[in-house]
Amino acid sequence: MIEWLNAIVQGVLLGGLYALFAAGLSLIFGVMRLVNIAHGDLIILAAYLGLSTTVMLGVHPFVALLVVMPAMAGIGYVLQRGLLNQTLGTDILPPLLVTFGLSVILQNALLEGYTADPQKLSAGSIETASLSVGGLSLGVLPLLTFAMAVAVIAGLQWIFYATALGRQFRAVSDNQDIAQLMGLNKAHVFGLAMALALAVTAIAGIMLGVRTSFDPSIGGGRLIFGFEAVIIGGLGNIWGTLAGGVILGVAQTIGAKIDPGWQVLAGHIAFLVVLAIRPNGLFPRVEH
Amino acid sequence: MSAPVVTRATRASRVAMIVAALAVIVLALAPWWAGRADLRLMGEIFLYLSLACLWNLMAGYAGLVSVGQQAFVGFGGYMLFALTIFGGLHPIVAILGSGVLAAMLSVPVAALIFRLKGAYFAIGTWVMAEVFRLTFAQISALGGGSGTSLPVDVVRSLADSRSGREAFSYWLALGAAITVIACVYLFLRSRRGLALTAIRDSEVAASGLGIDIWRTKLEVYVVTSAFTAIIGGLLFLQKLRISPDAAFSVNDWTAFVIFIVVIGGIGTLEGPIIGTLIFFLLRETLADFGTIYLMVLGAVAIVVMLKAPKGVWGLVRDRYDLELFPLSYRVRTKKE
Amino acid sequence: MSDPVLQLAGLDAYYGDFQALYGVDMEVNAGEVIAIIGANGAGKTTLMRSISGLLPNAADQVLFKGQPIGALRADQVAYAGVALVPEGRQLFASLSVEENLKLGGTVGRQGPWFLEAVYGLFPILKERRNQPSTSLSGGQQQMVAIGRALMSNPEVILFDEISLGLAPVIIKSIYEALPNIVSGGMTAMIVEQDVTKALSVSSRVYCLQEGRVSLSGRVEDITRDQITAAYFGVAA
Repeated sequence: MIEWLNAIVQGVLLGGLYALFAAGLSLIFGVMRLVNIAHGDLIILAAYLGLSTTVMLGVHPFVALLVVMPAMAGIGYVLQRGLLNQTLGTDILPPLLVTFGLSVILQNALLEGYTADPQKLSAGSIETASLSVGGLSLGVLPLLTFAMAVAVIAGLQWIFYATALGRQFRAVSDNQDIAQLMGLNKAHVFGLAMALALAVTAIAGIMLGVRTSFDPSIGGGRLIFGFEAVIIGGLGNIWGTLAGGVILGVAQTIGAKIDPGWQVLAGHIAFLVVLAIRPNGLFPRVEH
Repeated sequence: MSAPVVTRATRASRVAMIVAALAVIVLALAPWWAGRADLRLMGEIFLYLSLACLWNLMAGYAGLVSVGQQAFVGFGGYMLFALTIFGGLHPIVAILGSGVLAAMLSVPVAALIFRLKGAYFAIGTWVMAEVFRLTFAQISALGGGSGTSLPVDVVRSLADSRSGREAFSYWLALGAAITVIACVYLFLRSRRGLALTAIRDSEVAASGLGIDIWRTKLEVYVVTSAFTAIIGGLLFLQKLRISPDAAFSVNDWTAFVIFIVVIGGIGTLEGPIIGTLIFFLLRETLADFGTIYLMVLGAVAIVVMLKAPKGVWGLVRDRYDLELFPLSYRVRTKKE
Repeated sequence: MSDPVLQLAGLDAYYGDFQALYGVDMEVNAGEVIAIIGANGAGKTTLMRSISGLLPNAADQVLFKGQPIGALRADQVAYAGVALVPEGRQLFASLSVEENLKLGGTVGRQGPWFLEAVYGLFPILKERRNQPSTSLSGGQQQMVAIGRALMSNPEVILFDEISLGLAPVIIKSIYEALPNIVSGGMTAMIVEQDVTKALSVSSRVYCLQEGRVSLSGRVEDITRDQITAAYFGVAA
């Protein structure tokens, strides 16, 4: 009994990581209806940037965030203005195929720069530290990841609904032409949205790299987990994304408890079940 | 006086037909004039050409942009192994059978992933392919995660000699490519094909004309899935060995295919042919550079998508008003 | 007479291959209220889109205080000092009333209009400030749309189909607010189906027909018959 409870709790905490994968995806879809196939590879890029920072500066991975977050935000802004803005329009093919091409380029560039050997970010004693709560052993690192996810999502929620920048994001999302009439340059606003999304991706990449080993090929899998969290939670609902991540995480740890080979498969099945019975996700955005 | 005449055929299309017929004859004789390595490469080219035509039909005509066709490539491959090893079927029968099974399987798959729109549909197809991969990795009778080889007696049942087998699997690949191109062409010329073109041009207008969009897309999805599985079976009949990672590789069976179609020209029949030729030309010259080659390919696809969204064939067609597969109607003033 | 604040010099406008405006010439002086009338499809909305930058044109076909603005993007035109109240209100659905107004103030130009001034003009909006903008009635939404345009303190404000789809009593109150808006010297162009209403607040009128100016002049110099002829293309 306690083992199952443990699996569920571990799954909830794992869900925090998936919510971090998903938050950036959800943000850019919300603002510019862009689905970025390269999102997973950008998470892995952030992990490698974290690796280089820790190695070169000799700092802790969490300190490396101070370098990686602005770097990823900068990459996001340039990527959006230099490339992705040109793909936006009514046709879904250009954004899809361009981000797909970007994914292949990123993957192979990482392979070229860092080889295919698995890497890991070393966070020291925090990796093995744990708290004992009512017979359950909770890892400090998973707890921290989950807390980070909650903080990131609360932060995004605050930016969206309580700041001038968030007002601009929502306005551009509602009606690009009219937003332009109000003096907003949508190319710039989209660039800022991508910068914010990739800053979040930087956090996701570092937390991933501290938790497990990574190599250039695993980006696609991270995209899929993030995507599943978004769809399970319901499009356009950022707290739903956290719930979606948690459901995915719990499904995976329960699957792994039954048979270790089933971990990822069980998550996919949970996603397909939600898609079958609630195609709009469990917590779709309520329109006014 | 002159009277306007509506035709599909043009002089270029008639010439193309004759050239194509001659080319098919020359290609069919390849086992007598080509070396072993060339024969193998050409077989691979034909199978990639088939995959490209099928993906183009889905994405370029039916608007179903899938990044998960490796699901059916791998499924077809695994069914070849399963049906020959456990069912004792002849490989050809097994490959055709895998097509039928893929068609049946694709219906419930479509029922689920058609709920996702646009780009989310694309990622949904990818999830499906992952489900397939992880499921086959769990089947220990097929070697689990490490895969299995095609038993010697199954391989022997194709032909006794090695050169005979190689010629046979080459002809299968050539035949598959011709069949796929012919089927896609005839389909697009049919009433259903016109409906598809109408949907692509405007979904709203098409549904106003009484076209059942969901059903038309489902038909395309089922048919392409079946053919894709058959091609998958042929691919792994060439390789003689299968594993989940090879069978359901997103790079090999989807990324390359997408690049072929985009570079050649999406939404045209000629595009995949041109794209396949360019792809193999690049691969044969740049393959030694490994990852650099893939980055170049990705970059070329991005540039084409942004600067010439109709691909290389689109550039040629706009410049010379050419159409090798007569699909569009032309109004001509005939001199009497 | 000083230079016109807004000048159109042979303005041609296109949607792809389709030409919607043919060599339109207009001159608008500071502080004037201009009525733009014409039948459906005459090119009135195209004119609004061209001036506001939503539809790109040749740079020197639209001059604002002598500067070519025809090729600028809409956000650049907004910074220059031209605001548009678009046809059909087009409020931001996921923004509250107050957020819509604040967004209108993005360009941050100096002038008499700020949040409280707009609430003074339309007191009902202050009561509804935190409601989703789409929960308002059509008339109240039009007030938000006008307030949102005013928040940028433009020198020229364009109204597209200001009364379309609104109840007569609402239209009346909006027209009563117009003199307050332009009293500070703001220049206005009003596109309107209701000719009588438009002429009642304007000093000059331009009539468009099939993308060309078919009539222009001072309101008091123009007869009903002339308007009818210019409107429908009947020989006067």
